[in-house]
Amino acid sequence: MAGIEVTALHKRYPDGTVAVDHVDLSIGDGELFVMLGPSGCGKTTTLRAIAGLERQTTGDIRIGDTLVNDLPPAERDIAMVFQFYALYPHLRTRDNLAFPLRAEGLPKPEVHERVEEAARLMRLGPLLDRRPHRLSGGEQQRVALARALVRRPRAFLMDEPLTNLDAELRADMRTEIKHLQGELGTTMVYVTHDQVEAMSLGHRIAILNKGRVEQIGTPLEVYDRPASLFCAAFIGSPPMNLIEVEVADGKLRSQSGLVLTPPPSLPRDRCLVAGVRPEALEVTEPGAERSVPARVVSAEWLGDEIIYVVDHGGQRDVRVRMPPTVRFAADAPVGLRHTGGPPPVYDVSTEELVA
Amino acid sequence: MGVSVDETVSTGPVRDHTPPARRLGGRGRSVLEVALLTALAVVMLFPVLWMIETSIKENRDVYAIPAKFFDFKVTMDHFKDVFFASGGGRSALSVSFLNSVVVAGVSTVLATVLGVPAAWAYSRFAVKAKKDQLFFILSTRFMPPVVVVIPIFLMYRQVGLFDTKLGLILIYTAFNVPFTIWMMKGFVDEVPAEYEDAAMLDGYTRLQAFWRFTLPLLVPGIAATAVFALIFSWNEFVFAIFLTSSDTVRTAPPAIAGLIGGTTVDWGLVAAASVVFALPVLVFAYLVRKHLVAGVTLGAVRR
Repeated sequence: MAGIEVTALHKRYPDGTVAVDHVDLSIGDGELFVMLGPSGCGKTTTLRAIAGLERQTTGDIRIGDTLVNDLPPAERDIAMVFQFYALYPHLRTRDNLAFPLRAEGLPKPEVHERVEEAARLMRLGPLLDRRPHRLSGGEQQRVALARALVRRPRAFLMDEPLTNLDAELRADMRTEIKHLQGELGTTMVYVTHDQVEAMSLGHRIAILNKGRVEQIGTPLEVYDRPASLFCAAFIGSPPMNLIEVEVADGKLRSQSGLVLTPPPSLPRDRCLVAGVRPEALEVTEPGAERSVPARVVSAEWLGDEIIYVVDHGGQRDVRVRMPPTVRFAADAPVGLRHTGGPPPVYDVSTEELVA
Repeated sequence: MGVSVDETVSTGPVRDHTPPARRLGGRGRSVLEVALLTALAVVMLFPVLWMIETSIKENRDVYAIPAKFFDFKVTMDHFKDVFFASGGGRSALSVSFLNSVVVAGVSTVLATVLGVPAAWAYSRFAVKAKKDQLFFILSTRFMPPVVVVIPIFLMYRQVGLFDTKLGLILIYTAFNVPFTIWMMKGFVDEVPAEYEDAAMLDGYTRLQAFWRFTLPLLVPGIAATAVFALIFSWNEFVFAIFLTSSDTVRTAPPAIAGLIGGTTVDWGLVAAASVVFALPVLVFAYLVRKHLVAGVTLGAVRR
């Protein structure tokens, strides 16, 4: 087992595309580290550079104490799980699992023992003698995971391993992967574009955008204090309401008159945007205390909650998460007030967190 | 119409009446179809049938008026003439067939060996100006052979490739490589690159990964591509007639064409030579038909 250090990674393809602009990562030993971002943000390229499947243009990658820049993938002692499973189509499950071990030249009894162990861990017993085309997507991905862990590598690299599974299976596999990683204690780098996966799996999350790291933090840090407007808009479903505010009398006030709890030490003379989570707002009866007049534009009834889209006279409508017991009709006049703590505040021009 | 019928009969017993009516319409249509297809088949296949008949007729039956369709004497003399010279020994035609086999076979193998790895590289790697390169490769096929044959003839004469089998092999390979690259690139695109990534993580080099995992999955595509390349080289006429002059080098198409043009034409011999010439490709295509169909459709369907 080992940590992974990525320093000033830059990857530019011969056709001029810059896939990774500048990425620094410091992944701890035994950590489950998630790289999250929209497609084309450079997360997969970064992962492939760590695996050795892509050669970075500049920058260093260390696995444990070893500088691996010039090592071929096989000598980096890592295992990777792919989005399309990549099981060898002509081999049975058993041989797929044994394959990397035989390639290493391990003695037969040990290969057998390790395959059995991995099969037990991933509950593959009945599938051992089938070929990949006779396995379902979920089964194939379990085999792929088992094939990664028979190697007992220093680190697992996961490239969107659950993207091709249906929703229910995805949730199960998520739990399984988290459990497995905890059990084995092996460093895992997990790439995904699904924020739910990132939030539920990661010890820490790195949010990437346009080949750069926007933020690294625990799921809670990333959720509560997104480091930039990009992160604020990316994390959360529905995402943060970005409300333009100004500082007046030591308070944050939006154009509509909505008053937000101010964070300490606010810069004054700048255009500011406050990031307010939908659950930090409240739809009230019109004229309630500290509320501003507003109007319900639409309501999404999700069963366990209702998402109200509310027009409060600001530049954009805001989304408010309410319990299913509080019901307002569409177009009803209502009040809107802020109930949460101090929201993160961003500078409009730099798009970065200022308070 | 089918839709409205289904809607109305979805619950009631009316359903029982509709299928016979539709089947009747279907039968009427299929009779027409069969008739048309039969007529078309006769028109298309008659020359082939006539060629086969002529090849086994005696000469006076070949020239008989009215033409004899059925009651002629069967003879294998023409086939014997294809392979053996009248004075004994091998005939010039049999030499040309052997030349065809060598030239078409070697050029197909060369085109495949060069084209498949090139297609893999174009499919897998970020190559500078990839689209322009691929277009350039394809552009070599834009011109009809007859346009370039004179310059090539002059060049070949300078470098001593004129009237050699090597010359023909090179020119056919040059024509087949672009085709192979384009066709195989489609097939390689279909094979997920993750197989190679996984193999590389398992300890293989990139080339080993290609050889051991991607290549076996490409076999249907390679078979389909090779058949087309082989058919091109086997049937090619223009280069063959311009770039060869002696009977020892000449391939079958110009050799067969050379049989026509004297004061009398031995149609029986021409027909027999044509039958012998047509057979190998037919047999080969038949042997790989499974790959051929799978390959052609596989390459055609984009994900």
